[in-house]
Amino acid sequence: MLRLAPLLIVTLLVGPILAGLTMALLPAFGYLPALGGERLSLAPWRELFAQPGLARSVAVSFASGLVTTAVSLAVVLLFLASVSGSRLDRWIRRMVAPLLSLPHAAAAFGLAFLIAPSGLLARLVSPELSGWQRPPDLLIVNDPWGLTLMAGLVVKEIPFLLLMSLAALPQFDPERRVAMARSLGYRPMTAWLKVVVPALYPLIRLPVYAVIAYATAVVDVALILGPTLPPTLAVSILAWYQDPDLSRRLVASAGAVLQLGVTASALAVWWCLEGLVARLGRAWLARGGRGQGEQPLRLAGKGLILLASLTAFVGLAGLALSSIAGLWRFPDALPQAVTAAHWLRALPTLAGPVATTALIAIGATLIALALTLAALENEQRSGRHPAEGKLLSALTLLYLPLIVPQIAFLFGLVVVMESLGTRPRLWLVIFGHLLFVLPYVFLSLSEAYRRFDPRWSQLALSLGTSRHAVFWRVRLPMLLAPLLTAGAVGLAVSIGQYLPTLLLGAGRIATVTTEAVSLAAGGNRRVIGVWALVQASLPLVGFLIAVGLPRLLWSNRRGMRGSL
Amino acid sequence: MSLRLLRVLPLAAMLAHPLHAASALQEWESVLDEARGQTVYWHAWAGDTRINDYLDWVKRRVRDEHEVELVHVKIDDTGSAVSRVLAERSAGNHDDGSVDLVWLNGENFAAMKENDLLYGPFAEQLPNFSLTHPEHNPEVVTDFTLPTEGYESPWGKAQITFYYDAEALDEEPPRNMAQLLAWAEINPGRFTYPRIPDFLGSTFLKQALIALADDTDVLYEPVVQSDFEAVTAPLWEYLDALHPHLWRRGRQFPANGPELRRLMGDGELSLAFTFNPAEPAAAVADFELPESTRSYVLEGGTLGNVHFVAIPFNSPRRAGAMVVANFLLSPEAQARKQDLAVWGDPTVLDVTRLDAETRSLFEQESDNPALLPPEALAETLPEPHPSWMTALQDAWQARYVGR
Repeated sequence: MLRLAPLLIVTLLVGPILAGLTMALLPAFGYLPALGGERLSLAPWRELFAQPGLARSVAVSFASGLVTTAVSLAVVLLFLASVSGSRLDRWIRRMVAPLLSLPHAAAAFGLAFLIAPSGLLARLVSPELSGWQRPPDLLIVNDPWGLTLMAGLVVKEIPFLLLMSLAALPQFDPERRVAMARSLGYRPMTAWLKVVVPALYPLIRLPVYAVIAYATAVVDVALILGPTLPPTLAVSILAWYQDPDLSRRLVASAGAVLQLGVTASALAVWWCLEGLVARLGRAWLARGGRGQGEQPLRLAGKGLILLASLTAFVGLAGLALSSIAGLWRFPDALPQAVTAAHWLRALPTLAGPVATTALIAIGATLIALALTLAALENEQRSGRHPAEGKLLSALTLLYLPLIVPQIAFLFGLVVVMESLGTRPRLWLVIFGHLLFVLPYVFLSLSEAYRRFDPRWSQLALSLGTSRHAVFWRVRLPMLLAPLLTAGAVGLAVSIGQYLPTLLLGAGRIATVTTEAVSLAAGGNRRVIGVWALVQASLPLVGFLIAVGLPRLLWSNRRGMRGSL
Repeated sequence: MSLRLLRVLPLAAMLAHPLHAASALQEWESVLDEARGQTVYWHAWAGDTRINDYLDWVKRRVRDEHEVELVHVKIDDTGSAVSRVLAERSAGNHDDGSVDLVWLNGENFAAMKENDLLYGPFAEQLPNFSLTHPEHNPEVVTDFTLPTEGYESPWGKAQITFYYDAEALDEEPPRNMAQLLAWAEINPGRFTYPRIPDFLGSTFLKQALIALADDTDVLYEPVVQSDFEAVTAPLWEYLDALHPHLWRRGRQFPANGPELRRLMGDGELSLAFTFNPAEPAAAVADFELPESTRSYVLEGGTLGNVHFVAIPFNSPRRAGAMVVANFLLSPEAQARKQDLAVWGDPTVLDVTRLDAETRSLFEQESDNPALLPPEALAETLPEPHPSWMTALQDAWQARYVGR
C-alpha cells in the first residue's frame, strides 16, 4: 500500500494539470467545437498578438517574477545572516506564521489602503506635514511598471522563503560551519554568507522556483495592486475568459499558453542567473575576504524584514479600522465615528461561508497529510532518499502545481471535468485545493521527517515493536509539532484559494475568499475590511493550534514542543 | 417601434381573451407544481451588500410562498456565468447545467442569444409580466435595441446619474459634455470614468458619443452599416482633450462604478456618475459618501436601460427559475427593490396602470437631498445597438492601452 503513495501523489497532481493544459492548448490553436472552431489554425495567436499593450503585460509579468523573487530571497538571506539570537530576532521568527497565514488578497488590500494617495499614510501626515487638504493626484497603487505589485508580493513571499529556509537549515548544522569559519577569522555575517548560503540554496531552490512562478502569474494580488492599462498577462487572460464575446476564449487560451511560456522563461533566466552567481560567488569565496562593513548589511537585513512585516500588519490594521468606520473623510487620521453596522450586517452571512471554508480546508489538509506521511514513511522504509534539490527526481513533479500557472490549466480542467460528467460538488473543490495544498504540506513536513533521528526507531524496533507501531507510537507523536505546522500551512493555502474554488465549484461553493473577492468588486472598503479580517483570522486559528497544542500535550517534554 | 409592438401583440391578445387566459393560468399552475421542491441556482453580481441582502429576502419569500429553494451564486463578473454555460456546452452538457438563472445586461444577453445559450421564450408565460405593459413600455422587451423575444424577463431599471459633493464644489457642476470638459480643465484630477471594458465606463463612451456625433440614428443599427471612423471621430477628439485633465491624468482609470464611488468617498474625486439613480443616497446612508452629496442628470437626458434575468438553455430547473423570475416581477418584490432603504433600484412595472392600492406600495418619501425626484429621470436616451459597445471598447483599448 505504502509503495503506491508516491505514484498516487504524482497521478493526482500531474494528471489534472496535463489534462487542463491540453484543454488550453487545443483552443489556443482554434479547436473549440462548441464555438464552431473545428479546424486547427493560428488565428487565436494572431488575435492575441494584436491585443493592445500585450508586450507591456508580458514584460511586467516577467519582471515581477524575477524582481519579487530576487528581493525576497535577498532580504531573507540577509536577515538569516544577521540573526544573533536577540529578542527582536525571535520576535521576527514568530511573526513568520501569522504573516504566512495572511491571505494574499487581504495583504494586498491592506497595502493598497496604506500607500494610496488617500490612504492611511497620507492621512497621518495630512494636512499638517504635507499641506494636503485633498488627496494628491499621484499614481502610486496600480503604477504602470508594477512596482506596487512587486512590493505587495515581496511582503508575502518573505515569510514563505523564511519558513522554508528555517526548515532546511538544521540539515547541515550551520552553527558549526559558522564557528569554523569564524575561527579562521571571518566576520560573522560574511562567514554565514560564505559557508551557509552555498549549502542552503540547493535545499530551498524549489520553493524559490515556486515564488518565481507564482509572481509571474498571480491573479488576485495583481487585480488589486497591479497595473491596469494594460494589466499583467494573467489578469488579461482572466478578463478574456470572462468576456461576454465568447470568441475571446480562443484568445484567452492562446494567452494561457503564452503565460506558460513567460513563466518558463522567467525560470530559465533565473536558472542562468544561478550559474552566474555561483561563478562570481566562487571567486568571492576563493578571494578569502574576511568581511568588512558588516554593520550596514546587518541593519539592512533586520530593517527590511521588519519593514515588510510592519507594512503587512499596519495595512491590516487600517482595514480593521475601516471595518468599524462611520464617515471617514480625508485627511482625518481616524474615522469621525465608529459603528458596528458593517459587522452586524455581515454576521448573519458569515456562518455558511466560514463553515464551508473550514470543511474544504480541513478535508484537503487531512488528505494531503495522509498522502505526505505515506510517501515519507515509504521513503524511510525503502531506504531510498529522493535526490534532494535535483530538478529531475520523481517527487519534483510534486511542485508542478506550484510551477504551472493556475490560469493556464484551471479553465481547461473545468472542461475536462464537465466532459467526465462530474458536476460541481464539494469534493471536486476539495480535490482542486489538494492540488495546491499537497505540495506545500509536503514541502513543510518532508525535512523534519527525513531529519528524524533514526536511532529512535531502531531503539523501538530492537524492543520488539513492529514497524507500524513505530510509526504510530514513536514517530508521529515525536513529530507532532512539525506535523501540525505543516497542517497549518495546508489550511492557510486552502483558505486563500480563489480560482480553483470558483471554477471547480461553479461558483456554488461559497467560501470566505470567494465572498471577499465578489464583495471586493463592490469597492466598499468597510465591507472589504470585514471580510479581509475574517479571511485573515481563519488561518491564524490553524497556526495557534499548531503552536499551542504541542505545548499543551508535551508540557513535560520541552524538546518536542517545536520551534515555531 | 411598430415591429416591437407586433411582437408583443399576441401576448396582449392572449391575456385579453378569457379562454386563452384560463389555459395560460392552467399552464402556470403546472409550472408552479413542477417548481415545488426545486433548488434554483441564480448567478448574480454580488459586489453590493444591499443587493445581496435583497436577494436574501427574495430567497426567504420564494421558499415560503412557492417551496422553491433559491441559491444566490455570488459572482464578481457576469461574464463568468456566461463562460460557465459555454464550458458546459463545449463538454456536451445539454440538460444538466449548473446555472438556472442569470442576471444579465444587454452585452451578455447579445452574446448568449447569439450562441444559443438561452432557454425561451418564457417571459410571456410569467403572469406578472403583463404588469410591465410592454405595449406601452417597449424598453422591457428590448435590450440594447435587440428584441428580447421572451428570452429574458425584465427586473429593474438603470439610468446614468451624476453626483457630486456640494461642499467640495464651488461652482455649479457641468450639465453637458462641453461643460464637463471645461470643468475638468479647471478641476484637474477630480473626474474620471471607469476603464473600458467596464460596463459603466463603456456606457460613458456611448453617452459621450450620442452627445458628440452628428448623426445618432446610425447608432441604433449594427455598426458594420456605418463608417465607424467618421462617426466616432468627434468622440476621440473629445477624449484626447479630456484625458490629460482626468484623475491620474488619464494614465489609470478606476475598475468600475463602485470604485468611482469609493474615490468620491475618499475625496479623490469631486464628480462621478452611476447607473443606479438611488446609489448616491444609499451610499450616504452607509457612511460611504458625505451628507452634502447631490445628484442630477445631464441636459437632454442620459442613457438608461432595463436589466433582466434569463434562463440558460441547459438549466434542469427551468420551472423553479420561472417561478423566481415571476416573483421578481410581483408588485411586492418590485416595490421592496425600489425602496431606498433596501436597494433603490427603479421598478420595471408600469406603475401608472396599477390599481390604487398596489400603486401606493411604490410611493416614496423624497425628502432625501441626495436622491433625484422620479420626474428628473423622465428623459432617458435609448441604448445603441450592442455592436457599438464592442466596437467602442476595442477602439478605446487600441488608442489608450499600453501607451
